[in-house]
Amino acid sequence: MPETLALPPLAATQGGLRHRLANLLYQRRNLTLLLLLTPPLLWFGVVYVGSLLTLLVQSVFTFDDMAMSVTPELTSQNFQDLLVAANLDIVLRTLAMAVAVTLGTVVLGFPMAYYMAHHAKGWEKGFFYVGVMLPMWASYIVKAYAWTVLLAQGGVVYWVLDHLGLRGVLQAVLSIPAIGGETLATSNLGRFLVFTYIWLPFMVLPIQAAIERVPGNLLLASADLGAKPFQTFRTVLWPLAFPGVVAGSIFTFSLTLGDYIIPQLVGPSGLYIGSMVYTLQGTIGNLPMAAAFTCLPIVLITMYLGMARRLGAFNAL
Amino acid sequence: MRFKSTHLLRAAAYGGLAFLHLPLLFIVVYAFNSDDGGYSFPLRGLTLRWFARAWEREDILQAISLSMGVAAMATLIAMVLGTMTAAALNRDRFFGKDGFTTLLILPIALPGIVTGLALLAAFKLMDVNPGFWTIAVGHATFCVVVVHNNVVARLRRLPARLVEASMDLGADTLTTLRYIILPQLGTALLAGGILAFALSVDELIVTTFTSGSEKTLPLWLLNQLSRPREVAVTNVVAMAVMLLTMPLILLAWRLTRDTDTSPGAQ
Repeated sequence: MPETLALPPLAATQGGLRHRLANLLYQRRNLTLLLLLTPPLLWFGVVYVGSLLTLLVQSVFTFDDMAMSVTPELTSQNFQDLLVAANLDIVLRTLAMAVAVTLGTVVLGFPMAYYMAHHAKGWEKGFFYVGVMLPMWASYIVKAYAWTVLLAQGGVVYWVLDHLGLRGVLQAVLSIPAIGGETLATSNLGRFLVFTYIWLPFMVLPIQAAIERVPGNLLLASADLGAKPFQTFRTVLWPLAFPGVVAGSIFTFSLTLGDYIIPQLVGPSGLYIGSMVYTLQGTIGNLPMAAAFTCLPIVLITMYLGMARRLGAFNAL
Repeated sequence: MRFKSTHLLRAAAYGGLAFLHLPLLFIVVYAFNSDDGGYSFPLRGLTLRWFARAWEREDILQAISLSMGVAAMATLIAMVLGTMTAAALNRDRFFGKDGFTTLLILPIALPGIVTGLALLAAFKLMDVNPGFWTIAVGHATFCVVVVHNNVVARLRRLPARLVEASMDLGADTLTTLRYIILPQLGTALLAGGILAFALSVDELIVTTFTSGSEKTLPLWLLNQLSRPREVAVTNVVAMAVMLLTMPLILLAWRLTRDTDTSPGAQ
């Protein structure tokens, strides 16, 4: 009996060096971990963190307006310049749009997410999922480009409005200051529309994931206990879906805050944080001031992430 | 919750879906627009002329080949690094684990301008000329997390009993890795690679800072918006970019759908 059971250990039949290596990897877990972590740590440590530190150091360098050159003399001037009224204006404009876009995507995205999570079954569920995911991954610049074409005068949107007889309504809306402008393509409304369109999937999917975890019978119980649909929404569904909303808002907020392409393509003149950074480094070559400006979204997003973590959004990601 | 009418909800949901897809549909329609201006609606006629024109343009072909080359290189780097981070982070807790996770998502959590400008500042400091490699390095940095997420999701769902069974049957670590773990990871790794590739082909904001005078496909498109040369040709390229990445996204979704939604299914 013992003879038939005494199989040779598989590893021992193979090369000695390979065997020793296999044993070493098994016994010395820390060594394996070290081997696995070193290349990515080097990459992120040197390439990414190194670059970020270079950027931060640049933000306290001096830019010589006359010579148009950067000298490594330390100064806090760049950060003082951030507080100039014109620059604060840029920050407020960007923040207002980021908040508006976030609200817009929630209003449009919540019914979609709810329908996906609780009503769509079988093929319809997959259909919706792919239907939201495809535009999310579709090229950003192609989507932005599509809207510049659609919004142009003589383009699709104006054609549809004309045929519905809504041209007058649009003109009335566009005459509201702060929202409107000459045309849809040069108004804040147009810019809001494009931003909302492009970031909408980033809001739908986290909300859908959050609602998916809400048991359907909770909502039924609420209805059985006499709650009206809106009451159930307000007291049961919304609080449970809220972490998902916050998770989605991280994307919509951060992506709007850093964007500089859409403000450049659609909407009125007036810089955004992103376009200011781009202009400063590109046309003027003032890298220190551009670096100081990028600290704004970093600080704003860090604050936002801190708040989101406390609201439980990280568990919903 | 019972809405008075579920129809209203369904209408809102399908309306949202239509909103997401109509602009993409119009890009396809406009590619066949016979009008030189490229955006008049309704279309006056259909033509395939712009496809031929696009194919003759040197600058377009160069942008395509640069984009493909960069995406291939970035994907390769991201697949190697992403698999390593996934394998490491799926194991026991270790000092600095949370910090390392944050480091992975930082390149996509921070706005593109921050990452772009940071890389530019570093390249300038080191006197590196912007070009293929600076673009590829930037892209690889934010692609790692995509591969990582896919692989780590699969690793978490890999039933421990499979590995135990392999070990019980006398296989050593390397044999188990070769015959059990890697085949299980295959489709997740492929899906991660595809998504990283698609992300790299589409990336614009970081690329603007790291590309110097080189033009990837999205940069070419952006350039067309400010300095158009044959507007109608731009529609064809925009459609091509979309039709190129969409099947890839669908494939990546198919590859991970069946295995990652049913935990422990074997």
